[in-house]
Amino acid sequence: MTALTATGVTKRYTNHLALDQVSLEVPEKSIYGLLGPNGAGKTTLIRIINQIIDADAGEITLFSERLNPKHIGTIGYLPEERGLYKKLKVGEQLLYLAQLKGLTRAEALEKLKVWFTKFEIKDWWNKKVEDLSKGMAQKVQFVSTVLHEPKLIILDEPFSGFDPINAQLITQEILELRDKGSTIIFSTHRMETVEALCDHIALINRSHKILEGPKKQIKDAYKTNTFVVDHRGDISLPADKYDLLEQHQLEDALWQSTIRIRGEQRPNELILDLVNQTELHSFIEKIPTMSEIFISLVKEDPTQQ
Amino acid sequence: MHKIWLILQREFLNRVQKKSFLIATILVPLIFPAVIGVMVYIAMEQEKSAEIATVSVLDESGLMSLEGNKKFNFVAVSGNLEQAKAAFNQSKQFALLYVPPFELAKPEGMVLYTKENPSIRKIGDLEDVIENRVEDLKLEKFNIDKETIKSLKTSVSLKTVNLKESGEEKDSNTGMFYILGFALGVLIYMFVLIYGMQIMLGVIEEKTSKIVEVIVSSVKPFQLMMGKILGIASVGLLQFTIWVVLIGVLSSATLNLFGVNMPQQQAMEQVMQQVDNPEAQAAVKENNKIFELLKSASEIPFTFIVFNFAFYFLGGYLLYGALFAAVGSAVDSQQEAQQFTFPITLPLIIAYFGLFMFILNDPHSTASFWFSIIPFTSPVAMVGRLGYDPPLWQLLLSQALLIGGFILTTWIAGRIYRVGILMHGTKVNYKVLAKWFMMKS
Repeated sequence: MTALTATGVTKRYTNHLALDQVSLEVPEKSIYGLLGPNGAGKTTLIRIINQIIDADAGEITLFSERLNPKHIGTIGYLPEERGLYKKLKVGEQLLYLAQLKGLTRAEALEKLKVWFTKFEIKDWWNKKVEDLSKGMAQKVQFVSTVLHEPKLIILDEPFSGFDPINAQLITQEILELRDKGSTIIFSTHRMETVEALCDHIALINRSHKILEGPKKQIKDAYKTNTFVVDHRGDISLPADKYDLLEQHQLEDALWQSTIRIRGEQRPNELILDLVNQTELHSFIEKIPTMSEIFISLVKEDPTQQ
Repeated sequence: MHKIWLILQREFLNRVQKKSFLIATILVPLIFPAVIGVMVYIAMEQEKSAEIATVSVLDESGLMSLEGNKKFNFVAVSGNLEQAKAAFNQSKQFALLYVPPFELAKPEGMVLYTKENPSIRKIGDLEDVIENRVEDLKLEKFNIDKETIKSLKTSVSLKTVNLKESGEEKDSNTGMFYILGFALGVLIYMFVLIYGMQIMLGVIEEKTSKIVEVIVSSVKPFQLMMGKILGIASVGLLQFTIWVVLIGVLSSATLNLFGVNMPQQQAMEQVMQQVDNPEAQAAVKENNKIFELLKSASEIPFTFIVFNFAFYFLGGYLLYGALFAAVGSAVDSQQEAQQFTFPITLPLIIAYFGLFMFILNDPHSTASFWFSIIPFTSPVAMVGRLGYDPPLWQLLLSQALLIGGFILTTWIAGRIYRVGILMHGTKVNYKVLAKWFMMKS
C-alpha cells in the first residue's frame, strides 16, 4: 500500500520551472528521504502536498484518495523555517495549532498532557515562547507537528538546530511514530541522517526526479565491485583483472589497498589471488555511501548546465 | 468558517489579554477629562493670581490719562524720554508707555518699552485700554453721548428650521452637527489608521517569526487574513464601546461633582419641562443659545446616526484593513512597509482634509457629494454629513459602493497575501505585487 503517490507533478513560477513531471511513490509506514541540492524543488513539492500552493499539472493521491482539504488533518508538517508565536504561551499555542488542524480543545488538551509528560516539559506550559531556548522551542514545534497523530508526517530538515541529545530524542520519536503506523517524509541534504533512518529515497535535482527506490536497492545498484583490503606485505595484481585504486600504509608493514574488480570475477577469486601473495588481514566490500551516490548523480545529471 | 472563527478568537484574546490594551482602554477615558480638567484649573488659577502690571506713562500729548483696571495700573511720569527710561530701568515696573503728541484721527507714534518680551495677550489688553481711551476722546470731540452708542449696538441670532416637503418643521442647529460630524469623522479616521496598522504589524510578525508556513498548512491564507482582520476589528469595537461607556459615566459623574447636574438627557428633560411652563419661558429665552444647543441635541436622530456610524466604522476598516494586510504580507520588515503604507493612507488623509474643507462647511456641495460617495473617502466624509440629513439615495449609493469597495479590496488583498506571506527576501515593488496578483492559484 502506498501512502502517497505523485504523478507528473509540475509547477512553474514566472521565470523558472520548479518541478517538471515529478512522480513519486511513498510506501506506507516507510521513512522516505526526499533528497536534493538547495533549490532543486523539494520545498515546492512539500508545499504542494501540504496544499499551501497548487500544482499546475499532475495529480497527488494520499492513501488512495485524491488530495483534498480533508487531508489537512492527516498531515503533520515541520517546515525548515521554524516559527512559533513568540508572545504566546507554550500551552495556548499548541492548543491553538492543534485546533487549526481540526482537533477539539478537549482532545488537544488530552494529547498534550501525554507529550508534556513524555518530554518532561510540564513546567513550560505557561512560559512564553520567547523565553525558551532554541532547542526547547524546537521540541515544542515538534510536538505541534505530531500532536494530531497525522498518518503522514513531513519533516523538512528536522535536525537543523538540534543539539545531539535532542536530535537523538527526536530520532527515537520518529522511529516510534513509524512503528505506530505513520509514514514519514524527510527532506534533507544531511546524508548521515539518510543513512541512519531512511528506508526509501528519492533524489530531486533541477526540478526533476532522477532517482527513486528502496535504499538497499539503490546502494546495490551503485556498488562498483570495489573492495578494501588490509594486508601485510606487497601485492602485485594482474592489471587486466584488477584496478588498484588506492594504497596506503597503516603501520609498519601493514597496508590498506582499495581494489576494483574489472569484468565478471567473483570476490572469491580476488581473495584467492591475494592470499597467494600476501597475508590478508581484512577484506571488506566498499559500499557507496548515500553521499557519494548523491554527489555523483548530481554531477552527472545531464540536465546540468 | 470554523477556522476563521478560531483565528478571530485567537487574535482577539492575544490583544485583549495584553496589559497595554487594559491600560489604554481604561486610561484614555480617564486621561482626556483629566487633562482638560487640569488645563481649565491652571487657566483659572492663573487668571486669579495674575499680578496687576504697573505701567509708567510718559504722556507728552496730555491726552492719555489712563484709568487702571484689573490688569494694569498706570503711573504718570514726567521729564523727557531718556530720564523716564532710566527711571524705568531702576524700577520693577512691567513697562514704560511713551505717548508723543498725536492727532486723534491718527493715533501713531506710541512706544511700549519692556524689560522682557511681553505676551501677545498682554499687549493686546493694553492696546484695548488705549483704544478705548482714544475712542472716548473722539466721542467727546464729536459730542456723542456714550449711552447713544451703546443703544446702537445690535445682536441678532437666527434660529434655523428645516422645512420638510411634508411641511413638518424641524429645528436644526448647525453648530451641534458641526461638532458631531467633526468628532465622528475624526474618530473613523483614527480608528482605521490605528487598527489598520495593527493588522499590518500582525501579518509582518507572523511572516518574520516564520509561523505562517505552519498555519497555512492548516488553513487557507484567505481564512488567516480574514480571521486576523475580523479579530482586530472586534478588539477595536470592544475598546470603543468601553470608551463610550466610561466617558459617559465619568463625564456625568464629574459634572455632578461640580454641581452642573444637567448632562445630556437630564438637561433635555428639564429644559422641556421648562418650555411647557409659561412662566419659565422668559427665563429660557435669556439663555437662548444654550437652550437651542441642548434642544438640538435632543433632536439628533440617535439611532440613525449610531447605525450609520457603525456601518461606516466597519466598512472603512474592512476596506483599508485588507490593504494593510496585503502590505504586511508583501514585506519583511516595518521599514520596508513604509513605501506601501503611504499610498494607502493618502486617500484617508485626503478624506480627513475634505472633512474640514468641504463637508463640514458645505455638506451639500458637489465636492462633499463625491467625497461621501467614493468608497475610499466615504467612511470619513459621509459620517461627517450624517447630521446634515444627506439625501437617502446618496446614503444608500455610498453604502452600496462601500460594500462593493471592501469586497474588491479584500479580493485584491487576498490574492497578494496568499503569495506574499510565503516569500522571503524578495525585493518587492509594485510590479512584483501586480505579478503576485495575476498569479493563478
